[in-house]
Amino acid sequence: MDTMSRQRAATGLALVALAVVAIVFPVVFSSPVVTNYAVYALIFIAVVTAWNMFSGFSGYISLGQAVFFGSGAYAVGIAAKAWHINGVGVFALLPLAAAVGAVIAVPFGLVALRVRRHTFIVVTIAVFFIFQLMAFNLNSFTGGTIGMSAPFLPWTPTAFNDRFYYITLACAVAAVVIAVLVRRSRFGLQLRAIKDDEDRARGLGVRAMRVKLAAFVLSATITGLVGGVWFLYLTQVLPQSGFDPLFDLSLVLMAFLGGLGTISGPIIGALLIEPGQLYLTIRYTNGYLSEILLGALFLLIVIFLPRGIVPTVGEWLRRLRTRGRPAVAPVQTSTRAETRA
Amino acid sequence: MTVLLRTDGVHKAYGGVHALDTCTVEVEEGSVAGLIGPNGSGKTTLFNVITGYAKADAGHVYLAGSNITNVSPDKVFALGIGRTFQLTRIFASLTVLENMLVASPNGRAAARRRAMDQLDFVGIAGHHAELAGTLSYGQRKLLELAYVLVADPAVILLDEPAGGVNLSLVNHIADRIRELNAAGKTFLIVEHNMEFVMGLCDRVTVLDSGTVVASGPPGIIRTDRRVLNAYLGEDLGPEQPAEDE
Repeated sequence: MDTMSRQRAATGLALVALAVVAIVFPVVFSSPVVTNYAVYALIFIAVVTAWNMFSGFSGYISLGQAVFFGSGAYAVGIAAKAWHINGVGVFALLPLAAAVGAVIAVPFGLVALRVRRHTFIVVTIAVFFIFQLMAFNLNSFTGGTIGMSAPFLPWTPTAFNDRFYYITLACAVAAVVIAVLVRRSRFGLQLRAIKDDEDRARGLGVRAMRVKLAAFVLSATITGLVGGVWFLYLTQVLPQSGFDPLFDLSLVLMAFLGGLGTISGPIIGALLIEPGQLYLTIRYTNGYLSEILLGALFLLIVIFLPRGIVPTVGEWLRRLRTRGRPAVAPVQTSTRAETRA
Repeated sequence: MTVLLRTDGVHKAYGGVHALDTCTVEVEEGSVAGLIGPNGSGKTTLFNVITGYAKADAGHVYLAGSNITNVSPDKVFALGIGRTFQLTRIFASLTVLENMLVASPNGRAAARRRAMDQLDFVGIAGHHAELAGTLSYGQRKLLELAYVLVADPAVILLDEPAGGVNLSLVNHIADRIRELNAAGKTFLIVEHNMEFVMGLCDRVTVLDSGTVVASGPPGIIRTDRRVLNAYLGEDLGPEQPAEDE
């Protein structure tokens, strides 16, 4: 068995082990307190993976992902109320949440993606606040400051958490699988080329606007759907919770901590940050301690770990493997005949 | 021979500076054309206008008779014009092979095959799995040339291909250009290395202050008074054998 086959076998085994752990987790840790942490971690794994699919791959850092998350949540709430949908039938509205995310992303992207870097970030923040203000002020539609309540689900507290655990696990797995497929595709390659040098990519035939918009819409679709799931789990959405500015900052922090643009980095970031943030929020309700620590952690990451955990650890391992050899190979200008020989 | 690429009275200004002024340049199919001129004469601006990176204020650009003026860079590339940049612009965080695949219009297996062939052609196939950001400057020049070739463009615009690289690499690049030209590829080359230009090009156009001051075979250009004036007495390199003329 060669090195490549061994690596593949090890990766396969690790994935199987991870799948087993993920499936039996609620059986082993049956307390709703524990599964609540797991559900939130899975929700953020799904959303940060979706965010990373656009922002991490293309380098366009969006602070407007809550627009799709909140809109997905409100879409389910508004539709359930308008169409008098109760019980588990409300899950049939999740595709609507995804569609709402996608539909909003098209005009949002067409406007925001015309600009780059800091300007793009500012535009996404502006759109975010437009949506938050609409949620506050369109009373007849969104319920204003009272928000929307989800239909009652006739499940016991333990069954409630367990079932949402598996629903959010499915969302997270689906998001990660889509992200892997995107990254391995020509579409993903074009996104990464845009991140490095968008103008150069255009000069090599990449239709940058189309590629960016497609990724933006795909990311929004997944986020909208997960927003719908989050709403059903929390059973309520308010303007300040559906359209929460800290939500976007958390996503950025998770991705930067784990490794922007990688597949596993944002997952690691979500697993490290979300449970900690939730614990601090529950433990110190009025202390804003989690927000203070979140900001401090952001500073530490930017200063000491700017590339994130996964790329940095990868670099350390590469250095260990290539110790004693030059980092850059000498110039090789062999002719075809020489190369073949 | 037919004219494959033509700029017709192109004008481009940046504020009050006229970078190009009624600039008309023709490149014949299957030729290696050179574009020379002092710094700031508008050579790179002309490349930018041709490839859609800058919009012409007036005038037209034609490729095989079709008007491609102010068409976006991705469409210009799809129409058959590939270019390299004065300062190399590669995708540093992608591997060398991934850099090649960005420009590839083919399916995965065919694209990889063709990409490896082109890397082999320029002599850096051994580096295909390395991150492009780890390549030396000369290797980056070769990578740029290789990934432009992937889509098999009709015309290749090279902006200072010999700039900042050692002599053996300059000869290596010149040999690759000759091989491609022999296979039918058309080139327009901006270069300050006069030996490189005079030894390689069939025809040389000289720009000064955004205007064409001379155009013709290298032997004639070398002795043209307007060219010498434009370069303010700069040496245009040693005399070349008579066949250049």
